[in-house]
Amino acid sequence: MMQPFTRHTGIAAPLVKDDVNTDQIAPILHSRGLKEDYRAMLFHRARRRDDGSEDPDFVLNKPQFRAAGILVAGENFGAGSSRESAVWSMLANGIRVIIAKSFADIYRENCLQNGLLPVVLGSALGDQFIARVVAVDGKAPFTVDLGTQRISGPGGPDVAFEIPAADRTRLIEGLDDIGLTLKHVDEIASWEARAQTAQPWLQSARDSR
Amino acid sequence: MQQTLFDKIWDLHRVAQRADGRDLIYIDRHVLHELHAHHAFAQLQKQGRPVRRADLTFAVQDHTVATKPGRDDDTNPSGSAFIRAMREGCRTNRIRLFDVDDPEQGISHVVAPELGIVLPGATHAVPDSHASTVGGVGALAFGCGTSELAHILATQVMALKRPKNMRVQLDGRLAAGVSAKDVALRIIAEIGVAGARGHVVEYAGPAVHAMPIEQRMTLCNLNIEMGGRSGFVAPDDVTFEWLARRPFVPQGAEWDRALRHWRMLASDEGAGFDREVRLDCATLEPQITWGTDPSQVVGISGRVPDPAVLDPGRRAAAASAFGYMDLAPGMPLLGLPIDRVFIGSCTNSRLPDLQVAADVVRGRHVAEGVVAMVVPGSSSVKREAEAAGLDRVFREAGFFWGESGCSMCAGGNGDRGEPGERCVSTTNRNFENRQGPKVRTHLASPATAAASAIAGRIADARQLAPGTT
Repeated sequence: MMQPFTRHTGIAAPLVKDDVNTDQIAPILHSRGLKEDYRAMLFHRARRRDDGSEDPDFVLNKPQFRAAGILVAGENFGAGSSRESAVWSMLANGIRVIIAKSFADIYRENCLQNGLLPVVLGSALGDQFIARVVAVDGKAPFTVDLGTQRISGPGGPDVAFEIPAADRTRLIEGLDDIGLTLKHVDEIASWEARAQTAQPWLQSARDSR
Repeated sequence: MQQTLFDKIWDLHRVAQRADGRDLIYIDRHVLHELHAHHAFAQLQKQGRPVRRADLTFAVQDHTVATKPGRDDDTNPSGSAFIRAMREGCRTNRIRLFDVDDPEQGISHVVAPELGIVLPGATHAVPDSHASTVGGVGALAFGCGTSELAHILATQVMALKRPKNMRVQLDGRLAAGVSAKDVALRIIAEIGVAGARGHVVEYAGPAVHAMPIEQRMTLCNLNIEMGGRSGFVAPDDVTFEWLARRPFVPQGAEWDRALRHWRMLASDEGAGFDREVRLDCATLEPQITWGTDPSQVVGISGRVPDPAVLDPGRRAAAASAFGYMDLAPGMPLLGLPIDRVFIGSCTNSRLPDLQVAADVVRGRHVAEGVVAMVVPGSSSVKREAEAAGLDRVFREAGFFWGESGCSMCAGGNGDRGEPGERCVSTTNRNFENRQGPKVRTHLASPATAAASAIAGRIADARQLAPGTT
């Protein structure tokens, strides 16, 4: 469910990789049920060594990044499976912002649906910002302000970012996506009526047997 | 104004534009699976929102079902809660469910087209990234998350930003022993795992239209592995012949009327594409992945690349893949010993896939120490394969012959490899740990997978010595 987003101040953790996929973010674990532990799911395998103990080298296991609220990554973040648990597991760990050079389409949409802010910086700016976050090394927080579309923090000037105005409004107001669409319920009904006449097979999926 | 086929289907299905600028696109057919549907059912119930068009909605149990013969809800203990919640949600919401024991149960992307639930020029959505598989019959399909799933149930539309147009032109004729899987892997290798991001891809050209429908589905299945929003092949006579008389297609006079409409489904001559890619398929050999993303591909006779010659942006990923896959730069893959073979998944589990594999396997035996599985894409495929005697070919060769489901593609049903195993798989993702912790996956065609099972090593089916066992 949508959590509104206006502004977040938190530690930024650098995950300096491209093509981080949703199998890595939220692996399908063998033992599971309907009520899943999304907090434990996040990067479940990447966080652990072969013997099951924590891998101290994984960025979110480092003491300075354990409470990170901002994740900073490379190109094509969230590739692969459409599983929304790859967003829920971020939120369950207090991560409210992902700043990446680019996002996979479905993942970005899943972020918007849940109030996880996807910030796209593009390639050159993204590289600069990753370097800055690595240098700051969790010593001081960054603030991501969706209202002003700026990232501010230690180690450099404010960074402006672009986001489509509609996505911004939706995140700030925490709009109910289904509610937005249901404002058009009459148009949906009249589309159905037109299709029923023009291409009736689209409006009927009956077993002919 | 010349239009692409994608533009035409989009415009026809555009119900309205929302205040936030997104188009509301009508979804003609919606297919759910048990891994994600229960969240959406619960959300709608909480909000007091009904399912708008249960009659256009279908459901399958596929991701978590066991493949063991005689399976039931509890054979895979971690699936039982999902399976039961799905059953209950479908009963409450009056949705047609292809349940675990249904004679037409199977993987959603296999079941929907084989029953004629998806149609040319129709829109389709599944809460799964491989939704565009059904683009093989000329449908426009979108994968989605759970929130969007709930949105479609409540409204029968998706709120989307219009994607861009891309065309992948496939020229030439495939050589014997080369399949759509090899073509798709080569395209992904050329343009990368994000090469089609933001685009709907039309696969066009003589090589595509020479493919039977099942091959076109394999091609469209892998569209997401290059980041594509959707992918399809414009329908032709092969499509119409394949769909005719399937149970959920329009029948009689209505079929004739639909057919007249479907014959017009094509991109206009001269329509503009935002991006075009060409591939000459005539020179293509079987392809196989060496790394941990589906763009890390070589021809079967080729060698794993040397990172030094790779594009700088791909070097770090390659270095990490070498470690995970236990490979060295410049080495050939042919002849590399393997532990496991999996033939199945929404990519390559339809009857012709199994026939090709069976032709390789017939009269031979799986190499000692190799675990080999065949999991048909649907219970219907399984029945047809058994009627053709394919199950016997596989079983006599030492393969496990399973009940239908997603199985080892993502391992959600407990079918997985053991740590460190090397697996040749006909699936779609060679990500780290996907087929089990530390399992090393090589994606390939059914022929390559079958030949490798027999050889106990990565093998080229075209070179398998006659009569070897």
